[in-house]
Amino acid sequence: MDVRKVAKLAHLEITEEEVAIYTPQMQKIVAYVEQLNELDTEKVEPAIGGLTPEGQATEAVRKEDKPHQTLGQDSAISQAPDAHAGYFRVPKVLS
Amino acid sequence: MKNGWEAVIGMEIHAQLSTETKIFCACPTSFGETPNSNTCPVCLGLPGALPVLNWRAVELGARAALALGLKINEVSIFARKNYFYPDLPKGYQISQYDKPFSSDGILTIMTAERDDQGRPIEWKPMTIRIVRLHLEEDAGKNVHEGLPEVDKFSYIDLNRAGTPLAEIVTAPDFRSSWQAYDYVNHVRRALQWVGASDADMEKGNLRCEANVSVRKIGETGFRPKVELKNLNSVRFMQKAIEYEINRQIEAYERGEEVVQETRLWDEKNNCTRVMRSKEEAHDYRYFPEPDLPPLIVSKEWIEKIKAEMPELPDAMRDRFIKDYGLSFADANQLVSEKSLAEFYEQTAKLSGSPRTSANFILSELLRELNNAGITVAESKITAEKMAELIKLRDEDKINNIQAKEVLAEMFRTGKSAHEVVKEKGFEQISDVATIEKLVEEVIEKNAKQVEDYRKGNQKIFGFFVGQVMKASQGKANPKVVNEVLKAKL
Repeated sequence: MDVRKVAKLAHLEITEEEVAIYTPQMQKIVAYVEQLNELDTEKVEPAIGGLTPEGQATEAVRKEDKPHQTLGQDSAISQAPDAHAGYFRVPKVLS
Repeated sequence: MKNGWEAVIGMEIHAQLSTETKIFCACPTSFGETPNSNTCPVCLGLPGALPVLNWRAVELGARAALALGLKINEVSIFARKNYFYPDLPKGYQISQYDKPFSSDGILTIMTAERDDQGRPIEWKPMTIRIVRLHLEEDAGKNVHEGLPEVDKFSYIDLNRAGTPLAEIVTAPDFRSSWQAYDYVNHVRRALQWVGASDADMEKGNLRCEANVSVRKIGETGFRPKVELKNLNSVRFMQKAIEYEINRQIEAYERGEEVVQETRLWDEKNNCTRVMRSKEEAHDYRYFPEPDLPPLIVSKEWIEKIKAEMPELPDAMRDRFIKDYGLSFADANQLVSEKSLAEFYEQTAKLSGSPRTSANFILSELLRELNNAGITVAESKITAEKMAELIKLRDEDKINNIQAKEVLAEMFRTGKSAHEVVKEKGFEQISDVATIEKLVEEVIEKNAKQVEDYRKGNQKIFGFFVGQVMKASQGKANPKVVNEVLKAKL
């Protein structure tokens, strides 16, 4: 279990002490979920969309290609921590 | 290419599908709106918002897939591609991964190497493998231009977030930059032809990336590849690939290694430069999108889409060659754009002269269209009007120079060929009796020259033709004038 890599992928900064704490904890979680692999699922179709009838096929939930009312600029940015000239504003990123 | 080396190139194309609304919500895809106005909880990635698939995007994706020789899969799965970037509000892009919408395509394109002036040398068919075409959503846009403190801040417009895309991936089957160039043009035209995408690179609704590596001829494995981005036109893409091939060969010949990395095309300096190297490469941790059910389409539905497909450009080109006796180059140019191909076919049928129609459309009409920067569908000229003009020319009612002038006027005003010919007084005189009368007048007025001619001075024949043409105010049919003059002298 490479906790440092997981943290990096999640953009989290963690200390060496935290690595020592989290590693066994996460190993435990993964081992718990690993139990599922003991089942023989050879002949089971993956239920990717869930087990409800709507989840099993797209046929029932086709969306028509017709525009609806949008939130609009003001509402869209109203909850943003920072905005300017109608844009969301974030710390500089390199393209 | 340098002796002993060959290039190995694979292409990735992202094409925006021509829907009215986004792929997983009902926001319009209209371009040029004020920032963040085409947004809703789904495309802003607000908590609890759920995606619902736009069926039109599926239909257009299917048309695109069929136009490129791909097989549509009855079951496909959406997946989350995880990465952090400010223009991606959810922290993942909904895409497809191990079960794409379509796969296993075989596509034949026409390709040619080019001479120093960029002119095609010889067109040859080439078969390439298209690995997959899958459906996904676009990200938003980072904007810096015209905004304050851009050294500290990035500005985000999410109007484009959630726009439907088809990502089209080929096997590494290209061996030269021109093959890749011809492939992208082929795809662009195919997508426009079937109405799947506007496929306009300048507007950004078609973007391409090239994976380039080189190897010694005879090697079967692959060396590290470089991913090229920021290719804003097909020409830049070709230049970037060419530059990259040479850069890699030169590195190997100096005994250096080529590292796997992403490079950008630098338009100003005509070179590629590093964007990010492998060390920072992403780990996308794909997993099935739990908020969307599997995308299931029936065999019947696939058949229905197939039945609705128009005749594709290459089939049409071959038919033009076979049915109308056109050259490959002419037929190929006529199918460069759908409205032009249809316009040609209608004109050929209505006029009964497929060859004259092709010549006139390719030389005269295309020049007018290019000058005006429009397609034939946007012009005032209809196939009916064009056919009328072709007939007038074929029946020798007007000569070539006049026909060109008539076309220019038709193009400008939308008038019919007959109207313009009448206005300009171009109607050619081919009536033998009328011309005989003119010839007799000329002979009468020029007794001395007639004597000369009859004594053997053949050279002054042209003088008589000129006089008759002048007397007819340029309207006499020169062919008839020649015949009548020869008989009378």
